[in-house]
Amino acid sequence: MQQLVNGLSIGSIYALFAIGFTLVFGILDRLNLAHPAVFAAAAFVGIELVTVAGLSIWLALPAVFVVGALLGLVIERVAFRPLKGRPDAHFAGLISSIALGGMLIALLQWRYHADTRRFPAESFPDTRFQLLGAQVTLLQAAILVISVLLMVALTWLVARTRLGRAMRAVAENPTAARVLGINVDRVTATTFALSSALGAVAGALFAMNVNSAQLGMGAAIELKGLAVIIVGGMGSLPGALVGGLALGLAEVFAVQYVGSSWRDLVAFGLLFLVLLVRPQGLFGARRVREV
Amino acid sequence: MNRSLTALAAGSAAALLLSACGSDGDSSAESGGSLVGEGTGEDCVIEDPVPIGAALSLTGGAASYGESQQRGLELAAGHLSENEGVSYDLTIEDDGTDPRQGITVFEQFVEDGASIIIGPTLSNTAFQAQPIAQEAGVPVLGISNTASGITEQGDYVFRVSLTEQQVIPQTVQQATEAYGLEQVVVMYSNDDAFTESGYEVFAQSLEEEGVEVLDTLTFSTSDTDFRALLTEARNAEPDAIVVSALIEAAIPLVTQARELGIEVPIIGGNGFNNPQLMADAGEAAEGVVVGAAWNSASDNPANADFLSAYEEEYGSQPDQFAAQAYAGMTVIDHAVRAGCSGERDAIQTELGNVSEVETVLGTLSINENRDAEHEAVVQVVEDGQFTVLD
Repeated sequence: MQQLVNGLSIGSIYALFAIGFTLVFGILDRLNLAHPAVFAAAAFVGIELVTVAGLSIWLALPAVFVVGALLGLVIERVAFRPLKGRPDAHFAGLISSIALGGMLIALLQWRYHADTRRFPAESFPDTRFQLLGAQVTLLQAAILVISVLLMVALTWLVARTRLGRAMRAVAENPTAARVLGINVDRVTATTFALSSALGAVAGALFAMNVNSAQLGMGAAIELKGLAVIIVGGMGSLPGALVGGLALGLAEVFAVQYVGSSWRDLVAFGLLFLVLLVRPQGLFGARRVREV
Repeated sequence: MNRSLTALAAGSAAALLLSACGSDGDSSAESGGSLVGEGTGEDCVIEDPVPIGAALSLTGGAASYGESQQRGLELAAGHLSENEGVSYDLTIEDDGTDPRQGITVFEQFVEDGASIIIGPTLSNTAFQAQPIAQEAGVPVLGISNTASGITEQGDYVFRVSLTEQQVIPQTVQQATEAYGLEQVVVMYSNDDAFTESGYEVFAQSLEEEGVEVLDTLTFSTSDTDFRALLTEARNAEPDAIVVSALIEAAIPLVTQARELGIEVPIIGGNGFNNPQLMADAGEAAEGVVVGAAWNSASDNPANADFLSAYEEEYGSQPDQFAAQAYAGMTVIDHAVRAGCSGERDAIQTELGNVSEVETVLGTLSINENRDAEHEAVVQVVEDGQFTVLD
């Protein structure tokens, strides 16, 4: 039971990270590899807000969401928009976003040095619950709730709102969407902002969960995020949610039943298996793009 | 940044000067007569300052250790230069907690004619950088390396830091007595030379004490989420958890263990021996047991002087890394004065003869394996402070 809680809490962070990743891919057909840098930056910014500005960790989260959104706008503006007309825009965007991510990490290193940063010890509430024999901290519960809420809100936004309809139209065919009077540039920018905001919240939550932020934390989760969206089906939002939780649980149960040294082997072995058995991913449909 | 730039500039300026004199950098320390003085011990007078290079991890994972070491060295250099006769020219460079950068820094020191190199901070870096100095015939003095095999790399490699082999058996023995340990779970990161060697000594000492190991769990140095492992550990219901990890992993590990309701003592290796543990883990650090090479509460006069001088200079309490760094300089000074020479080979010979020198760590000798020998102390965290376990 305890392992289930552990797996769900780390898995929901993977999912939140991956869902931002997959959103841009699903709608715009671009892989934004600056996403992990946003993840790391948000963790450091969150810690700075709590330590220096004295915000509580709950208030820091919306602030980090906004910071993430701004970073998303910058990424779109700098790394993607100038290249969008080119025939190799997919690949060029991929490379330029890696470059931008690297610059972001370099800026973080300049500002915070290479040291590990932590939230002040007293900034966490130490409320704990007993749930069917498992110890759950208020923070773990909050991580799960916040992640799920954000993901549900995103799914609703894409499915039900005017903006969501525009997004889906752009995903289907950008040229046709433009003909229909949709401001494609604005929709693109909004998608990046949303995606990065989710990645940023995931970063701040991750830093809270383990109480440490390192420059390499984005790189560490990048592979896992990619694995999640591949398992879930590229571009599929529910796929990223299920994939993230599945990866978190797989890691935890690998420790429990196989042995701690085999954790990554089991987790990535599962990824391999999914690719062999169902190349389009759990929720992906062949050749039909889903948002 | 500024310091290293100046040092670099100074280094290249020195190299230029040397080449202008028609000799290469390597032979300067051996041929220059001004590093050999007259007299012995306290009466020794050496004309030129003895160049000492220190490779410390001022950034990266081990930065918190490196900063303490830097302070300890600088404080010691200041104190030693107040004595008549011999002065020291201490250059500190950052190895960035990166073995490759460590190698570069060592190469630089060898080339610039350092008489002895102090460091590097981590055993992992030491294993890769020390052969450079060994090959060039420059003595190395480790001030924090505790892994086994460090001094086996060559006859120019010494250390003042006690090895895990010396500290851990004492820790395990005293903790077993104090807590009546019968069954424990062992956790360690298996991708670092230091933590792996620490684990091996723990396993051996536990066996010698007749303590049963219920489970051995491994993780990676870069891991920060230990909940899955700790849940496994908790389910085994041990009397204590024994951990060999660096401070970067130790802090989240201890925090998460307490969060999961694990209240048994956590016995750590040398990586836990850092006041940052209490600063960042807060109350979760209570009940952590650590063996240490330095007893901060020791009342030997050298230690009392060191405590007050450090506090006056930096406004904070020194930790073991600062104390060992300070002791390292004391030992070097002893060796230089004993032979009254700042040359590489003379220092190497005299370091091997160090016996019963009074340092902040206590009475210190260097044995035939070039390792230090002095008394260790076992501490437990109580009310946010390391106190001696009894």
